[in-house]
Amino acid sequence: MSIEQPPRVVIVDDHRMFRTGVRAELGDAVEVVGEAADVEQAVNVVLATRPDVVLLDVHLPGGNGAEVIRRCAPEQPDTRFLALSVSDAAEDVIGVIRAGARGYVTKSITGPELAAAVRRVADGDAVFSPRLAGFVLDAFSGVADAPVVDEELDRLSQREREVLRLIARGYAYKEVAKELFISVKTVETHVSAVLRKLQLSNRHELTRWAADRRLI
Amino acid sequence: MPLRPRVRDDGRVSTGTAPLRTIRTLYRSDRHRVVAGVAHGLAEHLGVAPWLVMAAFVVLTFSGGAGVVAYGAFWALVPLRPDDLDGADGAQAAAAAPGEHRSVPLLGLAALAIGLALLLQQLGLAPPGGFAVPIVVLGLGVAVLWRVADDAQRSRWRATATAGGGRAWLRVLLGLTLVVTGAVAVVDTGGGAQVAVQAVAAALLVLAGVALVAGPWVAHIVGELRDERRERIRSQERAELAAHVHDSVLQTLTLIQRNAADPRAVVRLARTEERTLRRWLYAPTGEDPTTLRPALERFAAEVEESHGVPIEVVVVGDAPVDERLGACLSAAREAMVNAAKYAGEDGPVAVYAEVADGQVEIFVRDRGPGFDLASVPSDRLGVRQSVIGRTERAGGRAEVRSSAESGTEVRLRVPVAAPDGSAG
Repeated sequence: MSIEQPPRVVIVDDHRMFRTGVRAELGDAVEVVGEAADVEQAVNVVLATRPDVVLLDVHLPGGNGAEVIRRCAPEQPDTRFLALSVSDAAEDVIGVIRAGARGYVTKSITGPELAAAVRRVADGDAVFSPRLAGFVLDAFSGVADAPVVDEELDRLSQREREVLRLIARGYAYKEVAKELFISVKTVETHVSAVLRKLQLSNRHELTRWAADRRLI
Repeated sequence: MPLRPRVRDDGRVSTGTAPLRTIRTLYRSDRHRVVAGVAHGLAEHLGVAPWLVMAAFVVLTFSGGAGVVAYGAFWALVPLRPDDLDGADGAQAAAAAPGEHRSVPLLGLAALAIGLALLLQQLGLAPPGGFAVPIVVLGLGVAVLWRVADDAQRSRWRATATAGGGRAWLRVLLGLTLVVTGAVAVVDTGGGAQVAVQAVAAALLVLAGVALVAGPWVAHIVGELRDERRERIRSQERAELAAHVHDSVLQTLTLIQRNAADPRAVVRLARTEERTLRRWLYAPTGEDPTTLRPALERFAAEVEESHGVPIEVVVVGDAPVDERLGACLSAAREAMVNAAKYAGEDGPVAVYAEVADGQVEIFVRDRGPGFDLASVPSDRLGVRQSVIGRTERAGGRAEVRSSAESGTEVRLRVPVAAPDGSAG
């Protein structure tokens, strides 16, 4: 996708006021091609408009965000999903990521940050909020004493762990890169690798952990 | 139990100035029972000594068997005293001597069964052939079954699993065996074994018929009861939710409207409410407040509230708060206060804590203009004393990194005694 052309976005959230707010905050940074308020509507709009990015609320009438991803993704592998939610529950966060979302941000995010996150997701990278990074570190910790089925998927590398810790400390990708003396591209690669592990790892602890830990 | 109101003989409760009328209800005593607690319950209700009531029952039993009939009627009709009415000392007594009322009941049950036999003989229903052993057995069986029902009731109140499913079933089985054996024996004394078998078969047939006729009706009633119970729980939940929303959300919304001109106050109110609501919705029940995670979150909440700056807390792992970690947490709190004071305009403060490899690390980061630690006068308490000094006195280490571009980050490290299971 060329730089000049803003990503085409669909906003899915059951509150019209919130959709309007996001639309206004994003401004010219993206091109909003559609809105939807529930699962059925979302699936229809996404399939009809074929957007680059879907901003997706985790909780929706008639199902949840994960449901939208599951129904759209097979038809449109090129559309990326970015979860946008007020929920801090690990179950929700991990659930929507494992369904295939490329990132998770909370609704308190500022307009410019959200625009940057949309662009990043449109480019195929992953977006982690500090909280999501914390969840991942927590979920993948204690691997030493848990049975590891797939060496490659069930463990985080030392570098990935470092990147996640900095994100959890509130560092932007650029700051992480500077701190670790690596390029932003490399940071993105690491985060994408973590996202892949999060989505594909079969560690049953991951799901159980998320269910056990209902909050922050 | 000094606060427990005294029940006077006229049925009025006096707690001091305002006497309240209460309805005195007869309960069976669970705590003092020998068989079913009838005698003690009555004694308590009438205000006489329990042995008097017991003696009355015995005397009545020998005069025509009325004692047994009366006892049985009380047992069947009078409910057990619920725990909350039994007072705190009741629970204590039960806890102190759990076996107290378990040693005697066999004796009591036997007495009851003998009484029953006497009664039947009086009525001329006893089979010929002297003392009616089968009837005693039958009576024992019935009593055992009733006791099991009582115990089920009690364990429901106390919500304990101590009643032990297996034990209860064993007792039901014992009771049933006694009843069937007794019944068969009663019939058997009248005729041969064949008659007994026929009688049992006939009884079973009648039972099956009753079950067939009454079954759907009973099932319907049970279903209705369950629905009603569910509905009641639901409406209770609704009421609780309504109360909560009224006390918190509506209240805050009103305050927000009144403070509409002051954006900072509005943000603070909204954040406070959000946090309260979140805790109410997602907080795990029974989380230990003496560990790192809740402690840090509480500090962050306090600072957020008093300075109106959002603070995002992320915690990985958890550890019990000991003296050293406590000092470290206080230092972290001070760092949050500094960040909120000097960098509150520049976006949220990020707090990250991690438990790993026998140490706790806490990072407090803001995006403010930064400052030069060396240029801070050494007599200024803030960073030097309350953050760095406090952590180092606790055997930890503190670093401050600050620059104009990337803000300030305070890093605290302190060893923890026992690394708690890091998987949170």
